[in-house]
Amino acid sequence: MMASNEAIPADVVQSEADSTPDKDAPGVKTAPLLAPSVVLLLAWMIVPLGMTLWFSFQRYNLLSPNISGFAGFNNYAFLLANGALWNAIFNTILLVGGVLIATLVLGLVCAVLLNQEFAGNSVARLFCILPFFVMPTVSALVWKNLLMHPVNGLFAWISKSLNLPVVDWFTDLPLFSIGIIVAWQWIPFATLVLLTSLQSLDREQVEAARMDGARGWSLFTNITLPHLCRSLTIVAMIETIFLLSIFAEILVTTAGGPGNSSTTLPYLIYKIAMLDWNVGIASAGGVVAIILANIVALFLIRTIAHTLERQ
Amino acid sequence: MTSAKRIVSWPFVLGWGVTFLMALPVLWMTLAAFKTEAQAIATPPVLLFEPTLENFAAVLRRANYPSYFLNSVIIAGGSTLLGIVVGLPAAYAFAFFPGKRTKDILVWMLSTKMMPAVGVLVPIYLLSRTLGLLDSAIALLIINMLINLPIIVWMLFTYFREIPGEIIEAARMDGAKPRHQFFFLLIPLAAPGIASTALLSFILAWNEAFWSINLTSWRAAPLTAFIASFSSPEGLFWAKLSAASLMAIGPIVVFGWLTQRHLVRGLTFGAVK
Amino acid sequence: MAHLQLKAISKSFGNFQAVRDINLDIKDREFVVLVGPSGCGKSTLLRMIAGLETISSGDLFIDGERVNGREPDERGLAMVFQSYALYPHMTVEQNMGFALRLAGVPKDVRHQKVLDAARKLQLESMLDRRPSELSGGQRQRVAIGRTIVRDPKAFLFDEPLSNLDAALRGQMRIELAKMHQELEATMVYVTHDQVEAMTMADRIVVLRNGSIEQMGPPVELYQNPATAFVAGFLGSPKMNLFDVSAIERSHDSTVVILSEQNRLKLGNWPVSGRQITVGIRPEAVQISNSGDLVGKVEVVEHLGAEQLIYLNIGTEDLLTVRCHQPTAVKIGEPLRVEVDPSRMHVFDANGRAVMRNAA
Repeated sequence: MMASNEAIPADVVQSEADSTPDKDAPGVKTAPLLAPSVVLLLAWMIVPLGMTLWFSFQRYNLLSPNISGFAGFNNYAFLLANGALWNAIFNTILLVGGVLIATLVLGLVCAVLLNQEFAGNSVARLFCILPFFVMPTVSALVWKNLLMHPVNGLFAWISKSLNLPVVDWFTDLPLFSIGIIVAWQWIPFATLVLLTSLQSLDREQVEAARMDGARGWSLFTNITLPHLCRSLTIVAMIETIFLLSIFAEILVTTAGGPGNSSTTLPYLIYKIAMLDWNVGIASAGGVVAIILANIVALFLIRTIAHTLERQ
Repeated sequence: MTSAKRIVSWPFVLGWGVTFLMALPVLWMTLAAFKTEAQAIATPPVLLFEPTLENFAAVLRRANYPSYFLNSVIIAGGSTLLGIVVGLPAAYAFAFFPGKRTKDILVWMLSTKMMPAVGVLVPIYLLSRTLGLLDSAIALLIINMLINLPIIVWMLFTYFREIPGEIIEAARMDGAKPRHQFFFLLIPLAAPGIASTALLSFILAWNEAFWSINLTSWRAAPLTAFIASFSSPEGLFWAKLSAASLMAIGPIVVFGWLTQRHLVRGLTFGAVK
Repeated sequence: MAHLQLKAISKSFGNFQAVRDINLDIKDREFVVLVGPSGCGKSTLLRMIAGLETISSGDLFIDGERVNGREPDERGLAMVFQSYALYPHMTVEQNMGFALRLAGVPKDVRHQKVLDAARKLQLESMLDRRPSELSGGQRQRVAIGRTIVRDPKAFLFDEPLSNLDAALRGQMRIELAKMHQELEATMVYVTHDQVEAMTMADRIVVLRNGSIEQMGPPVELYQNPATAFVAGFLGSPKMNLFDVSAIERSHDSTVVILSEQNRLKLGNWPVSGRQITVGIRPEAVQISNSGDLVGKVEVVEHLGAEQLIYLNIGTEDLLTVRCHQPTAVKIGEPLRVEVDPSRMHVFDANGRAVMRNAA
């Protein structure tokens, strides 16, 4: 989708110099090795993208095949003038932002705790990352029914035993409830990355800081946190890419409701495409979603390309 | 007294406390899978009960569960196998014969991963319909392969790059042609990396929900789509839902635990190791 | 077994010229050591001989045959790498026999050859182990064994001892020298360690910035360094080198002023120009009450057999004095020393050695 024009890393330049200038050089032809991957991904990128772009300028509804033709910017105009799109974008930002903050903070807490020496911490780690491997439909339904059900759920019973009001999660706080489920699924990812990063913290650096008098909180904020900074950024960006596509959790819990209160951009487009069968408008929505994702992707790719250069 | 004090320390209490909270939904689900339907929805919740396997039997009997399971295996396994076969040569070329464009191509591959699925939902749906691939395992297999291919190439690339250059040079001095190097050295040396790459690809494909739900109805539906069907009125059969869910996530949790150390590298494209 | 000829060999990486115009004739059975500081192009040169690096210009001949475009294995050379580069997933026997296996040598012949080489290197009991189960010294032996098995025309070594500890390094130096005699093989050895160069080489080639600075037998290079760079590079402790700009000339002698209180009489050197460098080996300085130079003792190092005294004679660098007898000197006290004029070296402003006038 985007090409990077940043400087080519020095080692690539050097190997390039190794393999080109001399006519005697015995070489390996890399084109046949690369071709399958490149061609497949190119097709996967260009064909659907082109079609989405094309459809977004067409009058095209599968339910009324008689209406067709060029629509100009009408599909976009319709979407942008429609409150549903802005509501969906707002919900998306709320969901992604909230989940992001929750997973980073709680993931950091988990990582720091699991990095301590205690009996069975390697077993604890296995259970802590468990949610990441649970398929989204399972986790959504388990939370929706077994835990958050207003009558028979575990949370309802806990509230009742504590004499607190029972919350009807998906009716009263639909987006928040979805956020809880998604955050639960993604905390393990943040935990794992940050734990890996914590373990790569140079012991001698910590010991030097302790000799200098840093301990406890000051050690954490002055040494540990700066060390984790890059990992936190990467977690945030990768999660954002995945969170922008949250779909199944919404489908099986609230189906976007009540009303439009938990409809995010992916879910809105899904509804227009698969329930209204309006190809033109759904495609215009798709283009909007792609643009939004690419804004984040740009930053992520910069960071990762940068690590490629450092190696 | 002292030894007990040493075991029950603050890190111990907090660490296991957090772990318990994180695992609670899955633990609760596991309990429910062995309850009767009445026990599963009882308030206050039943903690002591006689475990029953009836739910598992019921799911297997009624819902054509094996067919969904088989679809998941075909789609996740097939897409992984195909992805490795396609991705391995590319990763090899990137790692050992880098050129001017290597970095650009790698970054571009990564960028295809950033495309939101919903952005291309309409064309992929229409293409599948036109090609007669709606509700077919083939379409899902290919789509999962394409979704995970950038991760596969990147992950293998980082493993290949860890093989010291001097070993390859020693092999060249010993008379190993690129073909020999690939099969005698690189594949065996990168075997653990290839295995974790395959596991990660399998996990991601197994749990993929968006395309599974939108492109299948029943014939090719994998487990993610099958479980989604419990969101309808049937969802009130909590014990059966739990049993079906447990069977659906069981194998993947084991795989996930096996590959946890390599997961980070795969999902962060080698940026965090 | 092999005669290597390098003719006007150069290597450039982009705009950077790593090796410039090297002409070198390595005779059959010769042990040549390429030595120089890091970045001098010695490894690149070795890798070009091996065929791991392409030759940008110039010709390489092995036994009279031009081999520029040949694959590494087609040149009949074997190489020991700095990291040993053993195949971690293969046993010692498989490691040593890999080249033969690729060449299609039958299994029993292969086994016999590996066994012979292993016997020479005392590796017989380890043939079934993997590299990870071996010590550093044992890995080193396997890396050497791997090259012996192939019976190559010439052996190439790329800093093979740099990953070993000091004691093992000393031992391996002796073993390599023995191996050179037994195998009667041509060897090209790259190192940055001048001790390895001095102890093992038939001929040392000192490289600097991609060019040959000087080559010759170790003793010759030690006694008659052609440049200040070679003088400073070979020998431990280093030769004392003092830059001098104040020179007093009279009709029969030249006196250089090292510092306020120290001046040194040069013999019959045809010193011209204003800027020269005087070189004095630490062993050419002796403690003597009638000596020319006086300085304050700053540091004394007792090495057992000898003693190094570092004197502050008012120059930028301390003067190193090597004494073979233990001498009672006190830190901070003045000490008078004498320099043997016949063992002094003089270099001109470009660092080139100035020849003494014939007496």
